[in-house]
Amino acid sequence: MSDVDITAARAVDEPGFVRPNLKRRMLEGRAVKNNVLTVLTWIIAILAAIPLVSVIFMLLMRGGTRLFGADFVEVLTALPPAGFEMGGGIGPAIVGTLAMVGIASVISVPFGIMAAIYLAILGPTSKLATTARFLAKVLTGFPSILAGVFVYAVLVANFGYSPWAGGVALAVLMLPTVVLAAEEAIAQVPQRMKDAAFGIGCTRTQVIWKVVLPTGLPGILTGVMLAIAGAAGESAPLLFTALFSSYYIESLSAVNNPTASLSILIYNFSGMPFENQIELAWTASLVLVLIVLVFNILARLFGQPKD
Amino acid sequence: MNAAATPDVSNTSDVVAARYQPEGPTVIDCDVNKIFYGEFLAVRDSVVPFEKNKITAFIGPSGCGKSTVLRSLNRMNDLIPVFRFEGSVMYHGQDIYANSVDPVVVRRYIGMVFQQPNPFSMSIYDNVAFGLRLNKFKGDYDAKVQTALERAALWKEVKDKLKNSGLSLSGGQQQRLCIARAIATEPDVLLMDEPCSALDPIATRQVEDLMLELRQRFTVGLVTHNMQQATRVGDTTAFFSVDISKRGRTGYLVEMGPTAQVFEDPKQDLTKEYVRGEFS
Repeated sequence: MSDVDITAARAVDEPGFVRPNLKRRMLEGRAVKNNVLTVLTWIIAILAAIPLVSVIFMLLMRGGTRLFGADFVEVLTALPPAGFEMGGGIGPAIVGTLAMVGIASVISVPFGIMAAIYLAILGPTSKLATTARFLAKVLTGFPSILAGVFVYAVLVANFGYSPWAGGVALAVLMLPTVVLAAEEAIAQVPQRMKDAAFGIGCTRTQVIWKVVLPTGLPGILTGVMLAIAGAAGESAPLLFTALFSSYYIESLSAVNNPTASLSILIYNFSGMPFENQIELAWTASLVLVLIVLVFNILARLFGQPKD
Repeated sequence: MNAAATPDVSNTSDVVAARYQPEGPTVIDCDVNKIFYGEFLAVRDSVVPFEKNKITAFIGPSGCGKSTVLRSLNRMNDLIPVFRFEGSVMYHGQDIYANSVDPVVVRRYIGMVFQQPNPFSMSIYDNVAFGLRLNKFKGDYDAKVQTALERAALWKEVKDKLKNSGLSLSGGQQQRLCIARAIATEPDVLLMDEPCSALDPIATRQVEDLMLELRQRFTVGLVTHNMQQATRVGDTTAFFSVDISKRGRTGYLVEMGPTAQVFEDPKQDLTKEYVRGEFS
């Protein structure tokens, strides 16, 4: 195996002492294996990055011309064009997506954090908590189109398409992510900090509000941002709930108020036989990726421990 | 029920320490009959009076229940669901285990410093002001925070960085910050559960000097693993031991008295062996 004699090191004073050879030998069996594997991981890492990089490259090439061109204000604000019409933009879709993600956050964040407080502090081992935690984990893998169908049956069938129906569908998808991330963040607040708060005379509510939530806030925000980033890119749950519209939403009315969204705009326009619409679909894709990117970056910023 | 078939851990031994007659007025008269964690008898028959403006030190081997007793004095153990206390803790003549007593209020009068420094992840100033805000203190916060930090011998080191996070301090500074936080609300009693065990010798020295200062204003209960610490700062010393004679590990008070007497002229053989370092 190895031709380095360890016992030789002890024989400094003895005649015939051979200094151990510590030089690196490139052709040794384990060195060769090491190098081959290192190169292999590099190649695989690069291969894994190719689809991602090429998608972004394609988006920048085909969507970037409109977004970073001279008429970018029109693209970001104007109404989508009808067939054969030139120009136009994706304004209503951007506003609609932001509005529905906002509605979804308003619903899922308070619910999610309160559920997480119960799971992490109030009754972590209770039957209710074990069941809820299991269901939340199942829901993270819930097919998003089913969230749309569910909301269709509950809300749309009664009140028609609306940003609220879309928001609720997105909230259903965000909730498990928020709950599990917030529970994790709250559970990681050290017990000794909670002890300190109890020891100084806090009630349980005060411990949660004044110590646990502020300390766990970075982790909770990271979870919320990731959930928002995921929801912003969803299209399936919006098909049945918000439908689409070529106009800006005029109100947040929950009755017969179809709402545009970026993902549905991409879906609609990419299948049209008009060059202008297809170009706008690419632009909308790029805008959507940028929105998701912004939330991902925010998640990382919040997740960093501040000192 | 057959007593022989089911060994009763609540009767591990019959030794009960002689009652220590305090010389001065007492603030807390702790009379532990039995403390259980679920079915497990953790401590039995321990009577410990805390004299006003003195430091009462608890010594003893690991698992002898000294921390359990200390944490029972401000009902911190209530946070452990299976904890059960039998006996009484008379604080100025009121039993803090009476049904009508709110443990949250008890903890505002009987403060606590823990083994691990545990500042909140907020600024140094906010850490100290935390208890004041909790009690809806109206008045000069800056002065109160400064006084507390001065009494905790930390003011000079942090006066220019009160906005920095409490977690940015060194271990010894964090522990003194926790002491400042505990004394800012001027509690009556300060319980210290091995406050120096996570500190280096220099920081330990500072905290010990601090305890001797604090004794002027507060009554102090101190759990320590370090016998020298008990001799350096303890006015009275309570020696606990653990009885493993019959399956359980039940702690009990062996002897209590003025520190000098417990260390130089112990009445019990077990105390003699322990203070000589023959077991620990």
